[in-house]
Amino acid sequence: MAKTLTRAQKKGDKPKRLNRSAGGDAGIFFFLALFGVIMIFPMVYAISQSLKPLDELWRFPPRVFVENPTAKNYTDLFRMLGDAWVPFSRYIFNTVFISVIGTAGNVLFSSLAAYALAKIAFPGRKFFFKIVVYSLMFNSTVTGITNFITMSIFGMIDTYWAIIVPAWCTTYGLYLMKQFMETSVSDPVLESARLEGASEMKIFWKIAMPMVKPAWVTLIIFAFNGLWNSGSSTYIYSEELKTFNYAISQVVSAGIARAGASAASTVVTMIVPIIVFIITQSNVIETMSTSGMKD
Amino acid sequence: MEQKTISEQPVLRRDKSKLQWTWIEMKKHKVAYLMIAPFFLLFFTFTVVPVLLSVVLSFTTFNMLEFPDFIWFDNYIRLFLDDDIFLLSIKNTFIFACITGPVSYLLSLFIAWFINELKPKLRAFVTLIFYAPSIAGNVYLIWTLLFSGDQYGLVNSWLMQLGFINSPILWFQDTDYIFPLVIVVALWTSLGTSFLTFIAGFQVVDKSLYEAGAVDGIKHRFQELWYITLPTMKPQLMLGAILAITNSFGFGAVITALVGFPSPDYCVHTIMHHLQDYGGSRFEMGYASAIATILFMMMVGANALVTKMLRKVGT
Repeated sequence: MAKTLTRAQKKGDKPKRLNRSAGGDAGIFFFLALFGVIMIFPMVYAISQSLKPLDELWRFPPRVFVENPTAKNYTDLFRMLGDAWVPFSRYIFNTVFISVIGTAGNVLFSSLAAYALAKIAFPGRKFFFKIVVYSLMFNSTVTGITNFITMSIFGMIDTYWAIIVPAWCTTYGLYLMKQFMETSVSDPVLESARLEGASEMKIFWKIAMPMVKPAWVTLIIFAFNGLWNSGSSTYIYSEELKTFNYAISQVVSAGIARAGASAASTVVTMIVPIIVFIITQSNVIETMSTSGMKD
Repeated sequence: MEQKTISEQPVLRRDKSKLQWTWIEMKKHKVAYLMIAPFFLLFFTFTVVPVLLSVVLSFTTFNMLEFPDFIWFDNYIRLFLDDDIFLLSIKNTFIFACITGPVSYLLSLFIAWFINELKPKLRAFVTLIFYAPSIAGNVYLIWTLLFSGDQYGLVNSWLMQLGFINSPILWFQDTDYIFPLVIVVALWTSLGTSFLTFIAGFQVVDKSLYEAGAVDGIKHRFQELWYITLPTMKPQLMLGAILAITNSFGFGAVITALVGFPSPDYCVHTIMHHLQDYGGSRFEMGYASAIATILFMMMVGANALVTKMLRKVGT
């Protein structure tokens, strides 16, 4: 049975260390250090490359770390973006618009459905949850072809909605929210609110939602990351509808002179999700602690 | 009218047939259906119906222009008897999933276990390091720089300086190296949601269980992991497995970004690429639907098999 974190566990109090040996600790430290370096190295290298002046980029033998860091690659990158025939601000607007509307709908619709599935004993709730769990077993590659057909019928191809509307119903979002609601929203509180005559909608909005803040923060992060990383989509071909992420990856597609700008673009795209995760990490972990699959 | 009877005098369940009772309950909880409606309408439109529709279309010759003809199993017969590249893609997908799925699962589990031994501040930092590659967009492209085919690539220059090779290796064009390299990059990006699930799972294990275990004669941390931690984490292990398996079938975009499409000699051509080829470029939707149906069955089959096995653990 998964439980929410108690205050003591959050602080990670470990008064006694049972069954732990110094040798084992050393082994674990060594393993983590080794793999940690492998994991972080490419990202460090990307940052280092993005700060290298041209002569350092094409020096043999190449060095990992930059010697005379320069911001020129970044200014180059944004100058190139400025030269594109679609104004740079348009790409930013597209990204913000898609991310905000997509994320808002995702959190609202998932939370509504999750509340009903977790806290209202209506006939069919088990069935509805079961198909959600089954749909975790395949990914969107499978539905891509038919979704293309569906979207062309609805006239959604080459509009923002081709990206936004599917983002409103991510199954993993609903799954997480439902599991978290189940353990974190206490039934007695809901019951007493119901006895006082509050409507379910009101209970959902005024009582349940404030209690599951970590879960909707997590949903926001996952939805936002998904939308932010959705650089180019097969559903959108108009240049003026494409996202910042797409623009930035296109502008630096080739050329020796652009190697530095290319690294800079990688750094720009990776830094946003990482910062967002740093800010929200404790909320995300708390949400995931209830995510287990019980049956 | 029904509504009134409910509020005035409670209806007893035994007075009603099962169907009537369900109907009463459904009416009573009307609002619940309203609440799930927005999500599930979209969910059916974009997930459930597409799966069913692609099964139907897989028996036709749909090409988005003409009305589809019903051709029974012709698409499947063509796939398995006439399409060598498809058979190759099945093989590649299978090998790819069989390596990345279990390895990323075990890596996530063990790294999460090790991280759990750290102090909270350090734990948050190390979690970020391992999790970052999976959320950081297309940062995996940096691997093409590390393994760049000229002498300025870091790996080539190291190997040349150490005297292992005389001329640079074209890593991402050489069919001998592409497969292992792509697997390494895929694994590098794979410590994602299931990894976080494990991190959280380790944190909520009831600490008093460990003390009880120590009294009962548990000697070292492996025994503790095996006899106490893993059994209590079973729900997380289950979810992690499903996410890891589904994920292991979804690396098509990473492969395309690294080696381009089609890959040299189709050496890392997977079902995802074949699907993209026929559905996205040639608009042979019937044929592509047959591919999608097979991919769907592979994913669900693998998941069903593994969850069945995991359910048996500890019983």
